[in-house]
Amino acid sequence: MAQTADADFKTRLQTWLPKLVLSPSLALVLVFVYGFIIFSVYLSFTDSRLLPSYGWVGWENYSKLWRLSHWEVSLTNMGIFAALYITICTVLGLGLAIFLDQKVRAEGVIRTIYLYPMALSFIVTGTAWKWFLDPGIGLENVLQTWGWETFEFDWIKNRDFAIYTVVLAAVWQTSGFVMAMFLAGLRGIDNEILKAAQMDGASNWNLYRRIIIPQLRPAFLSAFVILSHLAIKTFDLVIALTGGGPGRATELPATFMYSYTFSRNQMGIGAASATIMLMTIAAIMIPYLYAELREKK
Amino acid sequence: MSVASQDTAIRTGRVTRTLIYLVLLLFALFYMLPLYVMVVNSVKPLGEITGGGMMNLPQAFTLEPWAKAWSSAQIGVEPTGLRPYFWNSISMVVPAVVISTVLGALNGYVLTKWRFRGDTILFGLMLFACFIPFQIVLIPMARMLGLMGMAGTTWGLVLVHVVYGVGFTTLYFRNYYAVFPTELVRAAQIDGAGFFQIFWRILLPSSGPIAVVSIIWQFTNIWNDFLFGASFAGANSQPMTVALNNLVQSSTGVKEYNVHFAGAILAALPTLIVYIVAGRYFVRGLMAGSVKG
Amino acid sequence: MRSYLKTTAIALALTAAAGAAKADGHGVEVLHWWTSGGEAAALNVLKEDLEGQGVSWTDMPVAGGGGEQAMTVLRARVTAGNAPTAVQGLGFDIIDWANQGALANLNDVAAAEGWDDVVPAALQQFAKVDGAWVSAPVNVHSTNWVWANKAVLDANGIAVPETWEDFAAALDTLAAAGVTPIAHGGQPWQEATVFDAVAMSTLGPDGYQAAFIDLDPEALGSDAMKEAFDRMAVIRANVDENFSGRDWNLATAMVINGEAGFQMMGDWAKGEFLNAGQTPGEDFLCFRFPGTQDQVTFNADQFMMFDQGGSVSSEQAALASAILSPSFQSAFNVVKGSVPARTDVSDADFDDCGKQGMADLAAAAASGNLFGSMAHGHANEAAVKNAMYDVITAHFNGEFDSETAVDELITAVEIAQ
Repeated sequence: MAQTADADFKTRLQTWLPKLVLSPSLALVLVFVYGFIIFSVYLSFTDSRLLPSYGWVGWENYSKLWRLSHWEVSLTNMGIFAALYITICTVLGLGLAIFLDQKVRAEGVIRTIYLYPMALSFIVTGTAWKWFLDPGIGLENVLQTWGWETFEFDWIKNRDFAIYTVVLAAVWQTSGFVMAMFLAGLRGIDNEILKAAQMDGASNWNLYRRIIIPQLRPAFLSAFVILSHLAIKTFDLVIALTGGGPGRATELPATFMYSYTFSRNQMGIGAASATIMLMTIAAIMIPYLYAELREKK
Repeated sequence: MSVASQDTAIRTGRVTRTLIYLVLLLFALFYMLPLYVMVVNSVKPLGEITGGGMMNLPQAFTLEPWAKAWSSAQIGVEPTGLRPYFWNSISMVVPAVVISTVLGALNGYVLTKWRFRGDTILFGLMLFACFIPFQIVLIPMARMLGLMGMAGTTWGLVLVHVVYGVGFTTLYFRNYYAVFPTELVRAAQIDGAGFFQIFWRILLPSSGPIAVVSIIWQFTNIWNDFLFGASFAGANSQPMTVALNNLVQSSTGVKEYNVHFAGAILAALPTLIVYIVAGRYFVRGLMAGSVKG
Repeated sequence: MRSYLKTTAIALALTAAAGAAKADGHGVEVLHWWTSGGEAAALNVLKEDLEGQGVSWTDMPVAGGGGEQAMTVLRARVTAGNAPTAVQGLGFDIIDWANQGALANLNDVAAAEGWDDVVPAALQQFAKVDGAWVSAPVNVHSTNWVWANKAVLDANGIAVPETWEDFAAALDTLAAAGVTPIAHGGQPWQEATVFDAVAMSTLGPDGYQAAFIDLDPEALGSDAMKEAFDRMAVIRANVDENFSGRDWNLATAMVINGEAGFQMMGDWAKGEFLNAGQTPGEDFLCFRFPGTQDQVTFNADQFMMFDQGGSVSSEQAALASAILSPSFQSAFNVVKGSVPARTDVSDADFDDCGKQGMADLAAAAASGNLFGSMAHGHANEAAVKNAMYDVITAHFNGEFDSETAVDELITAVEIAQ
């Protein structure tokens, strides 16, 4: 009798245990992520300035936000930045992965070299990049002293081109990681199919176009998600490289939000911009998550 | 999971191969460039740097900037160098990485082998949490830490990093365990093995590659974090990045670029070492789980 | 899992211990952004002074963005209910925190040491809120200085310019001689610093007051304001092509080694010249921006004292009184390039620029020509200051012409209020 009760308890424990194990993480996430998101959305409807305050102002912060040319600039920059950053990283990552997959000698060394930028924060590499891009002491100067006197590379100082230097540095940091993801995808492809296709006389180009790249779909999706969230979160890169300048030519939503919330004591407007950023992320992520997770049932 | 050494069946000609090596080499140079600038300028006397020629090799090689950055540069009121902050970082990063990895492994295990109604939604919730911009949680997080009495402590920072890292670690382990044969788990269950026994004896032994991915990811993210470290650390728990920032960002006075670069490399050394040592397991781990999904 | 529980238990225990350690506090915890050699060394004098009195000093340095980073940290600390005892602060930040009721009342110390009599009234506006002293001023920086390389000026036959016209002519001379006329760093705050002086020269003291302090839309939209933007365009035409994003001290270096003639920058630039072994009057010149000889626009570093349960702790009082002591005021400001925050400190240890700075400050304070600097958060709150930055920097970088800039200035200020 006692034994069956004990066994009964054990089975019940076994059914509850998994949920019990999951619950601390879930509780943390609910409070520290979703609770905070709700708080932040709430703040966007209040008159908060230096610190949170709870006077309701309705949509005022949003209407102010959309009147700010500063916000428009940062949205336009986001569009340019995200499109270029995601495309270039994906193309470059895939290309390098394919090249590296050709039984290359010293693959390990090359791979580490491609990957290491991911290990460094821009607090560390920011100055090096700034120097390198600075026409006075960097690439332009070096090539000119080496004899190529007409060489010009002053993008970082040019209002119309500075955003591309941000793209360059961002691509430098993450394309190696994307490469690793594609490489992993390539290594997972069944060689038998390839051999069969080769027997049929398919060219390498066709092999990649018709068979291999289509099979990399999961890697493409992972890369897209990781890159798009990194693009939206891009912050220290801009601070380290251009500080948002020249003028405000490289301002992005994340720097906008930080500046309004913390430097300008307009927490309400900062929260409104954060809400819009979150909605954008949700618009990208929820369909992806839905498709990904449903498929696996 | 042992597909790591599988090579492609594609064959290439000699010209193509030369071209491939050329391109790979070119990009290797591109990736190395900032590191080169940092290293070369960290071993020059300051005069050589301000004299221009940032790409040139040092004329008078010196390690003094390194010594200064490590032990005598001005970080605050006292010239302590980065040394004390290094240990602050270590004592924050190690527990945070361990805790978030363990939680991620357990979550992944539950979400794949002990499925229940609504588990996918819970996973979706945790995953979406990875994408929250950290700037917006600063103020409410500070309040919570204050309420819990953890403000300004290393353990407060550990908590913060666990919270915002657990989504990623769960993702990695879940995808990895998803392709792990469920029959083995069922068989063990029939043999009377319990929840933790199965995890400990069956899943854990083969979790090496994905644990490496999770550890590398968490280690680099937490080590490099500045925002949380600056905002939530107390005077005795400020991490290395905050100290480096104090060294580099000082508002007035002569900028000792050679010391700044030496400090920057010192601050990046642990993550670099982790990448170099564990790098190949990284691709292997990615291959085994997260990308194949 | 067991080890996890164990670590959690340890964590809780440690937290409790840390909390206890904080509560008894026989010292001050100081949040500041003075981490570079000279300043930090000068601050160390203060620290040793306090430690001599048995007050321990816990250092909490957070550099970056002229204190912006530290202000973010401060907000997190206050929100957590864990405010540092003393925090470096500037202008309106101090008033904002005082209005939040977060600062302690230092009136007892102030009365005992007679601060009311020795601290200039314009400065008291930022240290005293609703009749209560809430912070201890360390120094007064003035921002409308021009720094010049004497050899370059002499070689081109340029005397110290007295008017804008003189100055513009000098710029032309230098440009013709192949020297970069103005060394400038293209960061919003530096552009605003230049604009501060330029606007003072076109608007005059009354117009400056109306536009930047009272935010009168008419003054903001006046012709004199447009003239200020026009002069900024002249200055823009006389900087080198590589100015954008440059740190101010690198711009100073251009003047030091003769690449450039002038730099418009606050008095902290002096330290760079001194560090390079130069002597004021012989190697470099310091003078007020042409047309603002009688005015001083200032900003002042202070230490705010955060409320510790309703009263000023004895440690805070000791710190405040040490900061205001004439010996520290002199020692610190000789290093920093600024001038003492009290008017009764001897100028014996200061160099010529320092002496002139002290004399100018006293004269401006006496004649009502001492104004808080717009560029450095002493004319208006952070939101307005940054809104002005946006317009000034956009105009300087060619995004707006002067007419548009004036209109944008009015709109931006309106949204920010």
